[in-house]
Amino acid sequence: MDLSVRELKLVAAIQGGLPLVTRPYAAIAAEIGMSESEVIDRLARWLADGTIRRMGIVVRHRELGYQANAMVVWDIPDDQVSDVGQRMGEQPAVTLCYRRPRRLPDWPFNLFCMIHGRDRDVVRGHVDALIRQCGLEGVAHEVLFSRRRFKQRGARCVNTATQRGFHAR
Amino acid sequence: MDCLEKSLLNDFQRDFPLSETPFAVIAASLGVGEGELISSLHALQSEGAVSRVGPVFQTDRVGVSTLAAMAVPAERLEEVAGLVNAYPETNHNYEREHHFNLWFVLTASTQVRLRNVLKEIEQRSGIEPLVLPMVEAYHIDLAFGLQWT
Repeated sequence: MDLSVRELKLVAAIQGGLPLVTRPYAAIAAEIGMSESEVIDRLARWLADGTIRRMGIVVRHRELGYQANAMVVWDIPDDQVSDVGQRMGEQPAVTLCYRRPRRLPDWPFNLFCMIHGRDRDVVRGHVDALIRQCGLEGVAHEVLFSRRRFKQRGARCVNTATQRGFHAR
Repeated sequence: MDCLEKSLLNDFQRDFPLSETPFAVIAASLGVGEGELISSLHALQSEGAVSRVGPVFQTDRVGVSTLAAMAVPAERLEEVAGLVNAYPETNHNYEREHHFNLWFVLTASTQVRLRNVLKEIEQRSGIEPLVLPMVEAYHIDLAFGLQWT
């Protein structure tokens, strides 16, 4: 998607979050020389066309007691991966589900999903349930629990310093 | 965590009001004052439970991104993680229990920049990353159903 310079400015101003003030859109607008209604209209359009996935409170799992987080990777035949992915993505325990390329011989897995839980047993229980619900008995998979978090933040799509490209801050 | 905080975390991960006074709208729906609501959000943010309030962009629409993984010898993990973290293109970077033990997400303005960052990481660490860009998304909403019990 090609965003105009004006739109890039808005992405840069808002990607780190809204200020917690009575009129946050007006505050963002003032920063970048837009009107409040223009900010609101553009956000509404991006929500409608999928440029913005959702808008609201972004939580941090670990701080909320979800200590266990696993990336589960599966080796699904290419002609079935879309169907299995759709079904997997609908399960409430799954927070992300993507198809990615295999990198043989090191990496045979082509379907990735993310599962969070209060502890590892809860996550393992979700994986067992997924296997039953999606008919994945006997399918090669691995459960990669996270250990240390070296970095976590929202994507910085636009360089706030220069406004010239999407480079991160 | 009090009732107001739980309700905020659970029920307002999506559909944040696009009205001129969104916090007042949420406060009214919860039957509290706007000031109290904003204080709660400040508190949740300073505790770290909330990273921000605002839009979650589909990064593929406003840039390019990929997941990447590296198999790093245990004694070098912190060094290589630091090297990866130093790039502003890095959003997430986790140690995971696997032969491929370092997993990170890069977002850049262009494919060229993304490739250059990956090449630099490989040259500086001496470890070739697996590059695993998204091919198809089946569930991309990050809203997270919290369970309090």
